[in-house]
Amino acid sequence: MNQLKPAVLSLVMLTLVTGVAYPLAVTGIAQVLFPFQANGSLIARGDAVVGSTLVGQPFDDPKYFWSRPSATGPMAYNGAVSSGSNLGPLSDDLTTAVQGRIEALRAADPGNTAPVPIDLVTASGSGLDPNISPAAARYQAGRVARIRNVPEAAVLSLVAQHTRGRQWGFFGEPVVDVLPLNLAVDELGTKQ
Amino acid sequence: MTVNGFLQVGMYVVVLLALAKPLGGFMARVYDGKSTWLSPVLRPLERLIYRVCGVDPDEGMTWKTYAVSMLLFNFLGLLVVYGLQRLQGILPLNPQGFAAVTPDSSFNTAASFATNTNWQGYVGEATMSYATQMLGLAVQNFVSAATGMAVLVALIRGFREAGSRTVGNFWVTLTRSTLYILLPLAIGLALVQTSQGVVQNFSAYRTVPLLQATSVTTPVKNADGNPVLDEKGEPKTETTAVTEQTLPMGPASSQIAIKQLGTNGGGFFNVNSAHPYENSTPLSNFFEVLALLLIGAALCYTFGQMVGDTRQGWAVLAAMTVIFVAMLALCEWAEYRGNPRHAAAGADIVASDVHPGGNMEGKEVRFGIANSALWATATTAASNGAVNAMHDSFTPLGGLVPLFMMQLGEVVYGGVGSGLYGMLVFAIIAVFVAGLMVGRTPEYLGKKIEAYEMKMAAIVILIPPIVVLGFTALAVVTDAGLASRFNKGAHGFSEILYAFSSMGNNNGSAFAGLSANVPFYNATGGLAMLMARYWLAIPTLAIAGSLAQKKHVPAGAGTLPTHTPLFVCMLIGVVIIVGVLTFVPALALGPIVEHLMLSQ
Amino acid sequence: MQTHTKARPLFDSEIVRGAIVASFAKLDPRHQVRNPVMFVVLLGSVLTTALLFQALGGHGEAPAWFILTVSLWLWFTVLFANFAEAMAEGRGKAQADALRKARRDIIARKLAKAPSNSSFTPADARTTPTTSATLRKGDVVLVEAGELVPSDGEIVVGVASVDESAITGESAPVIREAGGDRSAVTGGTRVLSDWLVIRVTTDPGETFLDRMISMVEGAKRQKTPNEIALTILLAGFTIIFLLATVTLLPFSIYAVNEVGQGAPVTMTVLTALLVCLIPTTIGGLLSAIGIAGMDRMIQANVIAISGRAVEAAGDVDVLLLDKTGTITLGNRQATAFIPTDGVGMDRLADAAQLASLADETPEGRSVVVLAKEQYGLRERDIHALGAKFVPFSAQTRMSGVDFDGRHIRKGSADAIEEYVQASGGQLPVPVRGHVERIAREGGTPLVVADGPQVLGVIQLKDIVKTRIKDRFAELRRMGIKTVMITGDNPLTAATIAAEAGVDDFLAQATPEKKLELIREYQRGGRLVAMTGDGTNDAPALAQADVAVAMNTGTQAAKEAGNMVDLDSNPTKLIEIVEIGKQLLMTRGALTTFSIANDVAKYFAIIPAAFAGTYPVLNALNVMHLATPESAILSAVIFNALIIIGLIPLALRGVRYRAVGASVLLRDNLLVYGLGGIVAPFIGIKAIDMVLVLSGLA
Repeated sequence: MNQLKPAVLSLVMLTLVTGVAYPLAVTGIAQVLFPFQANGSLIARGDAVVGSTLVGQPFDDPKYFWSRPSATGPMAYNGAVSSGSNLGPLSDDLTTAVQGRIEALRAADPGNTAPVPIDLVTASGSGLDPNISPAAARYQAGRVARIRNVPEAAVLSLVAQHTRGRQWGFFGEPVVDVLPLNLAVDELGTKQ
Repeated sequence: MTVNGFLQVGMYVVVLLALAKPLGGFMARVYDGKSTWLSPVLRPLERLIYRVCGVDPDEGMTWKTYAVSMLLFNFLGLLVVYGLQRLQGILPLNPQGFAAVTPDSSFNTAASFATNTNWQGYVGEATMSYATQMLGLAVQNFVSAATGMAVLVALIRGFREAGSRTVGNFWVTLTRSTLYILLPLAIGLALVQTSQGVVQNFSAYRTVPLLQATSVTTPVKNADGNPVLDEKGEPKTETTAVTEQTLPMGPASSQIAIKQLGTNGGGFFNVNSAHPYENSTPLSNFFEVLALLLIGAALCYTFGQMVGDTRQGWAVLAAMTVIFVAMLALCEWAEYRGNPRHAAAGADIVASDVHPGGNMEGKEVRFGIANSALWATATTAASNGAVNAMHDSFTPLGGLVPLFMMQLGEVVYGGVGSGLYGMLVFAIIAVFVAGLMVGRTPEYLGKKIEAYEMKMAAIVILIPPIVVLGFTALAVVTDAGLASRFNKGAHGFSEILYAFSSMGNNNGSAFAGLSANVPFYNATGGLAMLMARYWLAIPTLAIAGSLAQKKHVPAGAGTLPTHTPLFVCMLIGVVIIVGVLTFVPALALGPIVEHLMLSQ
Repeated sequence: MQTHTKARPLFDSEIVRGAIVASFAKLDPRHQVRNPVMFVVLLGSVLTTALLFQALGGHGEAPAWFILTVSLWLWFTVLFANFAEAMAEGRGKAQADALRKARRDIIARKLAKAPSNSSFTPADARTTPTTSATLRKGDVVLVEAGELVPSDGEIVVGVASVDESAITGESAPVIREAGGDRSAVTGGTRVLSDWLVIRVTTDPGETFLDRMISMVEGAKRQKTPNEIALTILLAGFTIIFLLATVTLLPFSIYAVNEVGQGAPVTMTVLTALLVCLIPTTIGGLLSAIGIAGMDRMIQANVIAISGRAVEAAGDVDVLLLDKTGTITLGNRQATAFIPTDGVGMDRLADAAQLASLADETPEGRSVVVLAKEQYGLRERDIHALGAKFVPFSAQTRMSGVDFDGRHIRKGSADAIEEYVQASGGQLPVPVRGHVERIAREGGTPLVVADGPQVLGVIQLKDIVKTRIKDRFAELRRMGIKTVMITGDNPLTAATIAAEAGVDDFLAQATPEKKLELIREYQRGGRLVAMTGDGTNDAPALAQADVAVAMNTGTQAAKEAGNMVDLDSNPTKLIEIVEIGKQLLMTRGALTTFSIANDVAKYFAIIPAAFAGTYPVLNALNVMHLATPESAILSAVIFNALIIIGLIPLALRGVRYRAVGASVLLRDNLLVYGLGGIVAPFIGIKAIDMVLVLSGLA
């Protein structure tokens, strides 16, 4: 039991180092070097913050590019409680949900018979996925153009602008940022 | 699997192995008390800590004193984390005003973080104040990792010393691990992550408008919280418009860095490293997944260096890497193959340059299949348990990989320290069987392996199966255990098996469908984590103590060399065979039967 | 013990009969509990038997025939393991019985007190007839030609030839005499000529013969260190499998509740699965392997005092070997005549032969032999020549003959030089050169002079035994260092060491130096083996880890050693090491085999056990076993039969080859590891086919 004193004091000392000094130091450096990232990569429109480039928002209006299904509760893309669906691969609920999403996509765009990209019909892990795949964006470009009555080429060109290839040409997957894309689409307007 | 997928995974393994030597060599210098480039800064701090704590850094400890020190220190840590959670309502740094955590959840979380398991029963962004995260969880992230390293270093000293009663000083090893190894790496990783978008601030959560308003339908409840029924007898619902989104904030990056490096895994946010604020880009993902295995792999080199034969370290690292790569290949294959039911429904599951393909349920587009399967394999190879995709939604075989990796005993890289000491115990068993087969009393690194070591080694390999299978068996026949399942049938069984495999091996990842934040799982899981940690660490220290007293037997032509490919194969065989034989019946009733049903 | 015991067949019908009876006697739980693996099988057998009665009572969880068959084969599993142990013990017992014949109660002739050696003759000795069983330490007895030695003892007076074949199996009689290293006699041996007065050195029941008998019978057999460690590992595996099996019941109940079809797995199937999984193969054969190891030692005519010593033999790192008798033939021999300048070879050879004719020392004989073999000089009768033999004396340090006025002398260079200088001669320069060269090369030079003229030199050398170099090379491959112990000077020792191919040598050895050398090696963590026979070897023997005393040696040496070589063959150490290694290898190989077997058993039993609940699991039935029942039975039957099948291997031991550890491990892993995985697939499938054909399933 003569180890009790070093045990207590070690815990106090190491708490000061790793629990106080360390996070404060990292916060200080981060706020100086990367203030934008450290504070949530927020998108500003003038004085107003309209969202974050990193956190997705729900879109199911046919005039927007739909984002991925989200399993957060009680509403989709609830930033306060991130969550995946956790449905198992054999789950009937999952199969039904995927079928329902495919039907909804087809119903919103009856002429489109292309196979539906998988990311568009499966819930993301975080429920906040800000991205869809380039294939998923192209799949929807026709619908968005038709409903907004703008040339599909213009929409596709916006898609291309908001498509980011693999990071450093190598890491991860090519993605389309949904919120910035939809903000851009809104700027394109809707022709009557 | 796509070509790029192959390359990303291949590059990962290459970088991991390339860093083993420089970092491993550095750690060996640290543990031998030699000066390093960090010494000018850290040495005064280190001395100060010893002086304050009244520790004589040159005083050796017997294995028993070492074990008592470890237990005392971890127990105090457990008390502090429990206390912080219970008192967070009245403590500062609580901008969201979270109330005290329930006693059972607090116990589970305290046990979880003290044992380096970092199983999360709670939802981080909706439960824990910044004070709890920083002073409780982040601190334990550091020191529970350092504790594992301290046990390992004692074992290494056991191999190295001859005729010695002591195995080093726990406080010194603990302090050095924290200051020289974990702290600098964590600072570096935290900044890299923040550069990619991982948040690091003390702001309150922010609210932003939604571009497209949405709505939420909730059941109407009366004053007692019971659902109100409409005239048809169905629960009444109401729909409200949602126009805003909450963005969580906090000192996330600093904590995420150490949770990756220290194989802790308890995320700042609920979905852990799938969260865009916890793991923002493929590059942050690469560094985070690298950090998962980095120290575990490098410690192999440290081990080789410290016992005076780096080939021994490479051999152990090779055995780990072979198992890792084989399991990784299976996981990648299964996830790229996808879910045939999705294809049947009309979805495109073929991967291409513009499309992730495969099984994307529970995965993020920016990571795709390759990085999600890589992470799942790595996080369960290490006893990390952080996730960047939802394991519950993996294909049956894809989910079997993380499950089985944990059941192997977290010895493939494993937890920092604990992985290698677990693997060395397996090596002792491999040496024993192999030694008999070459007609000599088995010896490892010049130390004879005798009845006492076998007894302790047998305990080490016995405890995890007892905990995992015992608690799973209890859960599947009790109502309390069954009620928490999210999925039914074989997958529900897999969820429970996964939960106890995770807690019973100090991993911390989950088939997250299981609602584990209930008294039954909080209590059994807390026990499982404590048993799996200390009933392994204590016999390991006993082995260290026994080995330290033994003479060195010089190697000769009749000695079984333990650095050859043949021995590596033998070691892999023992690890796999013990794992397979123990868990195949259970796996057959979970993921294997699921796979067969899905393939029908 | 007769020499024919070496040829005892593996399955001697008499031993087999005894072993079958003993198999049932060994069902005693008090015996079984010593072996955790087999104890679990015994409990399983009892459990399934109880289930059988329940089934016969009409409340069975499975068809009675199925439970009956499983239960029967579980009982067989226990019996087969008992049989293996009984077989190994039986072989020892047969040898013990042979020994016991030598331990008949003998009427000894006890003397009142030890005689002083000069005056004693047996004729006037007054003796009291006493049964050998009542002889105690310190009693003195008289044994005359034709009588049996009543107990172990030391000769006080007398010289006699003794027939020790009852102990050693060696039929040629040996000489035993008072004093020196040949003074010990063993109870049960027969005096053939002359008489001996013996002081008894052991109390009844503790004689060498008694100890041998108890050793070979395994009565005092204790588990050896490695065996204990292995038992712990096997117990660990048993607990793991117990857990994997027991938890299957709740898992199966869950599955049945969820799927709504099939029935929970039965106790019978779980017991069958458990017994198949726990390492019964090694568990059942473990004690048989240990006993058989001791038995193989006895076959090699070595009695080990403990199993621990046999096991330690496998670990030996350093062998200390006496030069004389082990590495070289007993004595130095003449190998060449080297005449000085101006002297013909014939003349030197002739003189050398004459000088040695009457010299009965082995060196002297070898000069005569060399002269005959290389120079065709027939042996002459010294008396016919009328020559006078001049024997070696400490003063002159020469020997030779005087005849026809010639004075032929041979001796060391110094002595001859002195001798020729006295008569005006000189030691020629070339001779001096030869002398120095021979000494440098480890030989002994003898200079021959005829009167004042020096003729030349006879070279005497140690003759290294043929093929000993190969044996040492083999030892080196086994990783064992050989060290030659000799009283010679370092120069001589180095030469012989090089010629024999030993790794190192200890020159000018004294008992103290030997002891220190052993301690030195032991401090370095090495295990040392040595042989010895003299009383002055006793301290070193006691210190060595494996100490083999020669049966011809003194009682002190035998007491100090932990093995006795009945053949008194110092090179036996090599065989002893091999037997020790074989013992460990057999355990390791069967452990690997046993565990590897489990893979196939899972493929047989898992689909069968859950066929009702999850029919898809039949995809794992890769052997296409006919029915769930036949699958489970096949696995259980295979598990039992493999024990019988491996008894010969357990008794004979896995063959040891002197190759590096890596090669040995690779080969054994291929045979017992890979073979252990593959074999049961074939075996279980074959048994399943037989069951189908016989209509049992």
